[in-house]
Amino acid sequence: MRIALAATCLADTLFPGAPRATVRLLERLGHEVVFPTDQACCGQMHVNTGYYREAVPVIRNHVETFAPVADGEWDAVVMPSGSCTGSVRHQQAMVCRRAGLDDLAATAEAVSAKTYELSELLVDVLGLTDVGAWFPHRVTYHPTCHSLRMLHVGDKPLRLLRAVEAIDLVELPAADSCCGFGGTFALKNADTSAAMLEDKTANVRGTGAEVLTAGDMSCLMHIGGGLSRQGTGIHALHLAEVLASTRTDPTPMPATTFSRPERSERTEATR
Amino acid sequence: MSRTFLGLPRTLRRPDDAGAVDEPFGAVPHPQEPLRWGDAFPAAAKQTLKNDQLRRNLGHATQVIRTKRAAVVGEVPDWEALRDAGSAVKQQVMAQLPDLLQQLEEQVTARGGVVHWARDAAEANRIVADIAKAKGADEVVKVKSMATQEIGLNEALADEGIAAIETDLAELIVQLADDMPSHILVPAIHRNRSEIRDIFLARMGDAPPDLSDVPRELAMAARAHLRRKFLSAKVAVSGANFAVADTGTLAVVESEGNGRMCLTLPETLVTVMGIEKLVPTFDDLEVFLQLLPRSSTGERMNPYTSLWTGVTPGDGPQEFHLVLLDNGRTDVLADEVGRAALHCIRCSACLNVCPVYERVGGHAYGSVYPGPIGAILTPQLTASTGGVSGHHDPNASLPYASTLCGACYEVCPVKIDIPSILVDLRAREVDADRSKHGVDPWKTAMKAASWVMADGDRFALAGRAATLGSGLGGRDHAISVAPPPASAWTRSRDLPAPPRQTFRQWWAAEHETSPVETVETDGPTSEEDDR
Repeated sequence: MRIALAATCLADTLFPGAPRATVRLLERLGHEVVFPTDQACCGQMHVNTGYYREAVPVIRNHVETFAPVADGEWDAVVMPSGSCTGSVRHQQAMVCRRAGLDDLAATAEAVSAKTYELSELLVDVLGLTDVGAWFPHRVTYHPTCHSLRMLHVGDKPLRLLRAVEAIDLVELPAADSCCGFGGTFALKNADTSAAMLEDKTANVRGTGAEVLTAGDMSCLMHIGGGLSRQGTGIHALHLAEVLASTRTDPTPMPATTFSRPERSERTEATR
Repeated sequence: MSRTFLGLPRTLRRPDDAGAVDEPFGAVPHPQEPLRWGDAFPAAAKQTLKNDQLRRNLGHATQVIRTKRAAVVGEVPDWEALRDAGSAVKQQVMAQLPDLLQQLEEQVTARGGVVHWARDAAEANRIVADIAKAKGADEVVKVKSMATQEIGLNEALADEGIAAIETDLAELIVQLADDMPSHILVPAIHRNRSEIRDIFLARMGDAPPDLSDVPRELAMAARAHLRRKFLSAKVAVSGANFAVADTGTLAVVESEGNGRMCLTLPETLVTVMGIEKLVPTFDDLEVFLQLLPRSSTGERMNPYTSLWTGVTPGDGPQEFHLVLLDNGRTDVLADEVGRAALHCIRCSACLNVCPVYERVGGHAYGSVYPGPIGAILTPQLTASTGGVSGHHDPNASLPYASTLCGACYEVCPVKIDIPSILVDLRAREVDADRSKHGVDPWKTAMKAASWVMADGDRFALAGRAATLGSGLGGRDHAISVAPPPASAWTRSRDLPAPPRQTFRQWWAAEHETSPVETVETDGPTSEEDDR
């Protein structure tokens, strides 16, 4: 398949390990990945904070960038984030219609119909649960709120993880409880957010896991930020980073909480 | 709806530091406005979060009731169809509300009841007080009711020299402690058994002096106290869970039997009901009487379901008054998105699953309607024209009191999409503030971010700029101190230093041969949306 990658603004800028692993994984599975460079952000932050008007140009850019998928130029768009996929699926068209942009809303719906969160793409579209991964570490999985309750991915991520060779997958207590991120909630209601994070990190620590994984870097940024502050030494890796790992090309365990992948060896050539 | 028995949490307080029994119990003084008291949510939550006992009580109680609910909902094969039916009936009610209300009035009147219309809290309180006075009552017994909480009826009656006695056990605890409820269904959820014993000993005149904190003893003491009130009261005041338009039938569901006492023993019954609590036909009760108990108390069926239609000569109250309360509801009904909040049947399932409510408790919401439903209902009921609170109003903070985790929507028996309404309310406030001058850091940041994030090249440039900070955070690459507003983050979490290379830089290096395009350098323009 020809799959367009929507890297998400957060991962593109702060956590390139997640989209890089998505590319590595999909290419290993024999698919062609394209990265439309006009992309920036899906608009979720603006929408959820109530700034619909400011969200419109952001949504327009996303929809127009990925519109070729509706015309069959690509087979699918993959977004390695439950909340961004949720925003594409449940918010973009609504915000466009509110702004009187019915045509843009219709295009947004056509694009969203072919936009998938990573575990949806792998399980529903590609029909895989065993992606041939090898990851010899103790891992616990946090099902992020939007993938669970907006996208209803169910146990797809867990099915993918269970099929990983050599993994020691341990259950996270109170897994479906929110970590307290909530976008600007973490800033506007910092104390409440911190109280929720405290419980989430305590549960993660209690598993004895070496790695916490999830399908959304924003939630991982939050929980990982707490684990880092508490000096736990637990790593926060995106689901794609676990699934991309193989015996011959293992995802290295980062020296810090999050992956800090090396620059491309070809960097200087293009600069 | 009355309370379910959750087991009173064990106190962690030692007997020797229990303090004097006449210590003030209520952390919340009785507010002038039951829908707007105290600080804005972030500040109020900061205070309640310091109360470790409260968090333990809430954590225990919400966990128990979540588990019970999940079990009894899980055994209903057509639960999702029931939710759809409940949602559909409520949509129908909202679409036909004026006609259905008139039908209800005709039916209640034809069966010997008297219908009163109250535009707001003051009118409703006046009507109830006048009825009680006309009956010469200086004491009325009450069935637990959110509508009368919402209008501050007890305080209004007290001003007229009439004592309103709450007969639901948890409401009695709250009332004796001169406190405010913190949960729709279990209003004393913030109290543990030792506190309840202290409250009874200090404030319930006929409590046995050797009262222990064993739940059964506490309940028996309250039972004896209330029995005397039931037998002497001439007037009862109730709310209503449902009113059936085509028969004029009112319904109250409860667990303790106190409601049945109030609804049958006194000579006069006054029911105060929000105008949205209608169902069109008697058959519609079938849907809601399945949805409500499973969602609220986690029971298959509530112990008491009382239905009455007007007045039955020689049986029960011989005078029945129905007060139909608007109090902001028609304004909520006018809003296409927000009106779904009126579908609420006050089950409180959304409170019990809300991770925010579980941590901060009900008082942080500053309204008799706390939790997720409160966060969408309260600001709409108190909003001024156009459904806007204005940023000076503490209730304007309520739509932000959520991570949008969606747990509330998932359990709502009438499928109110609370997260979407929260976001819509945020947008209303943002739009209302656009006309205001002065610097709002959020607005400035959002406008700037919109400009950057609406274009791949500008975003690429911003990302490249961020990588200049890749050396931040020292060896751990973890930033632990930051200036405001990021300091709100770094107080309890590290921020990772930016990467050496953004994803798109890596992609360009790996996949593209053409040089990076030049980028336009104009700043964000102050467009028409400044107005």
